[in-house]
Amino acid sequence: MLELAVGIILGCCALGAGVAMIAGIGPGIGEGNAVAKACEAIGRQPECKGSVTSTMLMGCAVAETTGLYALVIAILLIFVAPNMLVNILLGVIG
Amino acid sequence: MKSVKTQKKVFITVDVLLILMMVLPIVAGIVLKVLTTPPSEGVSISGAMVFFSIPMPFQDLLITESQINSFLVLISIFGLCLYMTHGIKVKAETRRQRIAEWIVEKVEGMVNESMGDYFKGYAPFIAAIMALSAFSSLLSLFGLYPPTSDLNIVAGWAILVFVLITYYKLKSGPLKYLKGFFEPVPFLAPMNLIGEFATPLSMSFRHYGNVLSGTVISTLLASALQGLSHMILGWLPGALSNIPIFQIGIPAVLSIYFDVFSGCLQAYIFAMLTMMYVSGGFSYDDYLLRKQKRQQKRMAKNKKSKTKNNLEVV
Repeated sequence: MLELAVGIILGCCALGAGVAMIAGIGPGIGEGNAVAKACEAIGRQPECKGSVTSTMLMGCAVAETTGLYALVIAILLIFVAPNMLVNILLGVIG
Repeated sequence: MKSVKTQKKVFITVDVLLILMMVLPIVAGIVLKVLTTPPSEGVSISGAMVFFSIPMPFQDLLITESQINSFLVLISIFGLCLYMTHGIKVKAETRRQRIAEWIVEKVEGMVNESMGDYFKGYAPFIAAIMALSAFSSLLSLFGLYPPTSDLNIVAGWAILVFVLITYYKLKSGPLKYLKGFFEPVPFLAPMNLIGEFATPLSMSFRHYGNVLSGTVISTLLASALQGLSHMILGWLPGALSNIPIFQIGIPAVLSIYFDVFSGCLQAYIFAMLTMMYVSGGFSYDDYLLRKQKRQQKRMAKNKKSKTKNNLEVV
């Protein structure tokens, strides 16, 4: 029975990490949009390539934040949560 | 003539000492890592190693690899700065002075452009935070644990920035700062409060997540390449089966992106966001208005006390 419980904990942690990383779609679309617009802008006005590029990198980094939140959650679920949850389980059983 | 010679000798000795000051901390870090890392098989992704802990009233203070490494970086950067400015003259003669001047000019231009005239004095702070962040991330090139992939270190910087932001918001009027929470509608106050604290949180998570994800991905890729080369060459006898054919070169390409490009970009973005948040929270007009009001009050008080004094004298 204990093995089943530990197995469920480990499996659900891995599943949760996978589900959390679905959030990677958002920054992907957002950054793609930003880069596309930057390419358009550079195509229209090649002389302001430098400022456009730096602004785009800045915006990309900010747009990446939500994806990184998901990454942090996924890393916590993979590396930290299983240990903690199994310890809690063992504590409850005694 | 002799004095000139001795001067030159002294100059060169100081130079060598400063270069040692730059290089020795990193060498010390590598030696410490080699001595303290327990032998492990295969790939392992773990946090910073805890060297020892100091007992404290609420919670033990842990001295970890990331703290040690960040202090090593500090010493190294200090040595670099001293080396760059050693033997500085009014007219730039040496190459290092030209490089140092270029860096200072660039940072001052950047600060002036994005923060305005009032924050002119912020250039050293911004340069310091940028150099610390960039060199901390670049430490992973030496195989050391980069301090920026520990949330504690980056959160410390973000809290520092948060204190600065709040200070400048309060400086342009405490009442206005409190009123800002109840705008545009009063019942949004909790949301605004969360938004206020989300600034340092997102800043620290952004930096830490970027560096950490690079470390994790390169470790995973290294293990995958190890498995691949073992699969292909595994049938060879003896030591031949352990030749890492796929591990030559391929991880280096990723390292250029994750360690060099991403580390420097995150340093730039951290500094840029610091500048934007600090200068965005401060409005010079309100500050001037407040200063004028205070001055008028003080003048009125002084007049009153003067008249009182005069009356007493009379």
